Amino acid sequence: MKTIDLSTAEVRELNQALHDQAKTLEEREWVVNNPAGKHNLAVGVNEALTIDIQGHAGYYCAGMNQKATVTVHGNVGVGVAENMMSGVVRVKGSASQAAGATAHGGLLVIEGDAGARCGISMKGVDIVVGGSIGHMSCFMGQAGRLVVCGDAGDALGDSLYETRIYVKGTVKSLGSDCIEKEMRAEHLEELKELLNRAGFAEDPASFKRYGSARQLYNFKVDNASAY
Amino acid sequence: MSEKLPPVLRESATFDRLTIQEIQRAAETGIYDIRGGGTKRKLPHFDDLLLLGASMSRYPLEGYREKCGTEVVLGTRFAKKPIHLKIPVTIAGMSFGALSANAKEALGRGASIAGTSTTTGDGGMTPEERGQSKHLVYQYLPSRYGMNPDDLRKADAIEVVLGQGAKPGGGGMLLGMKVTERVAGMRCLPIGVDQRSACRHPDWTGPDDLAIKIAEIREITDWEKPIYVKIGASRPYYDVKLAVKAGADVIVLDGMQGGTAATQEVFIEHVGIPILSAIPQAVQALQEMDMHRKVQLIVSGGIRTGADVAKAMALGADAVAIGTAALIALGDNHPRLDDELKKIGSAAGYYDDWQNGRDPAGITTQDPELSKRLDPVEGGRRLANYLRVLVLEAQTMARACGKSHLHNLDPEDLVALTVEAAAMARVPLAGTGWVPGQGTY
Repeated sequence: MKTIDLSTAEVRELNQALHDQAKTLEEREWVVNNPAGKHNLAVGVNEALTIDIQGHAGYYCAGMNQKATVTVHGNVGVGVAENMMSGVVRVKGSASQAAGATAHGGLLVIEGDAGARCGISMKGVDIVVGGSIGHMSCFMGQAGRLVVCGDAGDALGDSLYETRIYVKGTVKSLGSDCIEKEMRAEHLEELKELLNRAGFAEDPASFKRYGSARQLYNFKVDNASAY
Repeated sequence: MSEKLPPVLRESATFDRLTIQEIQRAAETGIYDIRGGGTKRKLPHFDDLLLLGASMSRYPLEGYREKCGTEVVLGTRFAKKPIHLKIPVTIAGMSFGALSANAKEALGRGASIAGTSTTTGDGGMTPEERGQSKHLVYQYLPSRYGMNPDDLRKADAIEVVLGQGAKPGGGGMLLGMKVTERVAGMRCLPIGVDQRSACRHPDWTGPDDLAIKIAEIREITDWEKPIYVKIGASRPYYDVKLAVKAGADVIVLDGMQGGTAATQEVFIEHVGIPILSAIPQAVQALQEMDMHRKVQLIVSGGIRTGADVAKAMALGADAVAIGTAALIALGDNHPRLDDELKKIGSAAGYYDDWQNGRDPAGITTQDPELSKRLDPVEGGRRLANYLRVLVLEAQTMARACGKSHLHNLDPEDLVALTVEAAAMARVPLAGTGWVPGQGTY
């Protein structure tokens, strides 16, 4: 196990050391101490490493992650796991805005709450939030699944493409072209698997499913009032 | 005896035929007009400037004997690996999706022959483009379609796009007929949707956030790649200052003459400012920050000739970018296509329906049969020829002004033909010492 202390080392040293593992793998297990809310921690990692960040992280923690398992033992700032391609990112605390923005793959677990625009433009990632999410979440969500064990804020799933959204609590309002959909057996099965992977003991039957009405996929003058 | 005069029909300047037709079209369809290309209205432009060739007070260089350098290095501020180009004319960002794969390959081939860079667009990097482009700039757009760290690492530079000249403040658009299986797959979208790109980045909102975002991209790419910031010209003085403060290596400034694959006509014609008026504001911002020539400035929007290149550089640009002109060089709007263009309601020299995918030149289309019409090798050759001419023309004028490098051109080599151009470009009206708006009457 390799430990990097950010009270003495620079973020650049951390990221370079992690990137070097994709060229010559020397150590799989990494611990980052004293992150102190610094930005851009463990970004662009491209190897199946295990990285434990012992504290709070700033913007874009684990951005563009590939293959690695990153755990943040604290809260994170804007854009955690943005554009993640694969791997697992787990936040033990809460996340600020744009968690998992545009991410293409992998699993993002936020054990606390997530702020506005959680899963914005998500492109295939699975996001599971233990608490509630803020407004405009999953805006223009293209693919992947978003699971919310708490409540959702205003305009959930606005201008949604093919992301499937599961919410246990209340939804303050749905965005344009987002509708509640029937929860069929395959959805219960899918949700059960997602909750298991995230480590949440929730009952899938207590969730509702939301998705795209697909009415805004092509421009129609009759839809002008939806924008 | 009175003679009856022939009737004279008077067209309204306010309600001219084009305006009447647009009202009729709007009434018929209930939706705005969407088209490709840039603004078609007449604007103050480089044609309104003249270069002052040398005579007694300046010393010209021999046109065919004395060297006039053209190379440019982009990204010298922070990047470990700046881009070294042989010529200061680059190819602007245009997406696979808006353009056919053959067109993207042709752009890469032509740019590589000429020793310059080409740029991806909204929708990701294609293997054809990467394979044929010696210097490839990878755009980082609000939609993040096709964005992945592997391609980020393969790129030679990264361009964070805040906007484009044809539509500052507007997002991209790709109509369903061009969202084929391959295009949709690269963008993670359903086939055939009218794709709307976001106008704002999803995970940052202001210049302070942008600084962190640029730092993230630098960290991911180990500080190797130059990072450009592209701005659609509207408030370039402030936008350039903020982009430099956020850490940009290179500013790309696109004027309202810059083209688009598909945007509302009203947007193209009425939003943004001409590149002529934008360059001096950008240069002023850079100079005030002591960053002129340290953060390089690439300008675009209506560059057509070597004269445009020379004038843009004299105003302070380090390089220019071409988009529409590059497509014309590949074969867009060629007279041999006139009959086919007439069948789809246009004509050679007028065609701007780049949004609908029926381009008989095989450039702005995803139709496999139409795409085949563009031979990427021949297209690349034509583009390289055109780029060579642009540079030869610019060198010719620079030598006449006594300059041993295109970068040595400066505003004192310019005068303006109109009061408007003089005020915008901040150079004297020809034959006078008057620069409107610069403290004199």
